[in-house]
Amino acid sequence: MSSRFSRDDVENIARLARLALTDVELDGFARQLADVLAYAEHVQEVDTNGVPPTFHPLATTAPLRGDSLQRSLPVREVVAAAPDGDPDAGLFKVPRVLG
Amino acid sequence: MTSLAPPPAAQAFEPVIGLEIHAQLLTATKIFCGCSTQFGAPPNTHVCPVCLGLPGALPVLNGEAVTFAAKVGHALGCTVHPTSIFARKNYFYPDLPKGYQISQYERPLATDGGVTYEEGGTTRRIGIIRVHLEEDAGKSLHEGFPDSDTRTYLDFNRSGVPLIEIVTHPDLRSAAEAGAFFSRLRAILVAIGVNDGNMEEGSLRCDANVSVRAAGAQGFGVKAEIKNLNSFRHVHRAIEYEIERQVSLLRKGTRIVAETRLWDVGAGRTTSMRSKEEAHDYRYFPEPDLPPLELDPARIEEIRRTLPELPDARRQRFISQYALPEYDAALLTQSSALADYFEATAAAATNAKAASNWIMGDLTRKMNELGVEIGQARVAMPPDALGGLIRLVDSGRISSPIAKEVFEKMYGSGRAAADVVEGEGLAQIDDHAAVEAAVWEVLAAHPGPAAQYRAGRTQTFGFLVGQVMKATRGKAKPTLVNDLMRRALESPEGTR
Repeated sequence: MSSRFSRDDVENIARLARLALTDVELDGFARQLADVLAYAEHVQEVDTNGVPPTFHPLATTAPLRGDSLQRSLPVREVVAAAPDGDPDAGLFKVPRVLG
Repeated sequence: MTSLAPPPAAQAFEPVIGLEIHAQLLTATKIFCGCSTQFGAPPNTHVCPVCLGLPGALPVLNGEAVTFAAKVGHALGCTVHPTSIFARKNYFYPDLPKGYQISQYERPLATDGGVTYEEGGTTRRIGIIRVHLEEDAGKSLHEGFPDSDTRTYLDFNRSGVPLIEIVTHPDLRSAAEAGAFFSRLRAILVAIGVNDGNMEEGSLRCDANVSVRAAGAQGFGVKAEIKNLNSFRHVHRAIEYEIERQVSLLRKGTRIVAETRLWDVGAGRTTSMRSKEEAHDYRYFPEPDLPPLELDPARIEEIRRTLPELPDARRQRFISQYALPEYDAALLTQSSALADYFEATAAAATNAKAASNWIMGDLTRKMNELGVEIGQARVAMPPDALGGLIRLVDSGRISSPIAKEVFEKMYGSGRAAADVVEGEGLAQIDDHAAVEAAVWEVLAAHPGPAAQYRAGRTQTFGFLVGQVMKATRGKAKPTLVNDLMRRALESPEGTR
């Protein structure tokens, strides 16, 4: 099992996931993720020709819903529940992001 | 992506263009919840725990959205798969409340199709890579509020509206071709009733992948993805600009950077949005909240059978069945409502070319004048009514100029053509004696022009005929007037 999870890989994933990790955590996750990857590689040694891929742990299919309207939430309560918002305008607010 | 060697300055380049089209499906409710998809509602009045991404809320797939997406797959000649998979596309932006968009990645609903059509005498085929289902994001409002310098406002009414993404092969070779193809695609989506084609409201949007390569080369150049193209004109202009930008960079020996660029409508140019190489890591994985979407092959076939005739086929049929010129057929099949109106009118009139002329002429003028669509025009001037008017012209009951007057009186009044003609006394005068009397009256009133005609200055003929038409308020049958006027002028002077 040659493939390793480097600290750089973990840092990159943490950045994409907006996670701030300490040096100790970076090392720890690099090790743990390498173990997970090694296990996956081990599983991959099994010949799965002719076995349909498993996309979902449950052997079920997506139930379909009819296209009928359900009541939406009251806008004032919804906006009031957010950390920041303008209930009169019915809008949520977040720190400015550039378009 | 093969890198292009710095080309000699005079080298010819070939653009390579592929489109990604997002189209909102015309369902009443969102893709994973029962909130309304209606456009223009007050902000955040169509939201619930699912489309707000509240913890613990679970998506339930809208069956109608699946049917519509499968229809698109069929209409674009794709294979619609019995099993497809939803995936999470992970990225952070405030208009995406869950931190991921539910989309399809590895197993899209439909793949491997193409749109074939005739263009300028040659057959073109634009390949379709895939059609997949996904949810729309909410809307960010960056400007217009007192604290807009520090706050972005969010409206989630659009969050969870069902979209299909259609991805073409890079088969398009010019900005004009890309614009024309987008327009064809829109006509198809509207004709099969899955999308309203409204680009202003954003229910149909297009991104373009543009690269250039040395003419005749096999590999592809480095591409830029242009976002924010919400009209045919923008598609055309943005791609044109981008091709020129890339060619001029390559001529200078500068490397093209793979990136996302934004079309700036006001400035008429594309600007760099973000570098693709670093930003595009969406870490897709199968959506654990949704089991695989299974469609019975019989159901897939049943959906295929509900497809109406597609615009291109209909255009061809109009040419063969109604003997219409190419131009008429193309114009009338621009929308299925207009094409339906034509077919109903042609049947009522039993004269297809006349129906086409009326629709492309007076009816279109009237619609433009009033700023209405064919739907409203159909109420104001039902196909049977217009057909009746055409029959009156064809039978010689009224002349063409009078028919225009009758048309005006019929439009919006609910009156039949025969009723207007009767009521207003507009029937064509083809009574021999009556027209002849009018001719002699005109000759008596205008001895000068009559004498000039007899002296060989025959150009006064038109004036004299005009006087007869005026005297009969346009009702005299023109061929009869011509005939009788000529006879009167050429008879010995003064004899009747």
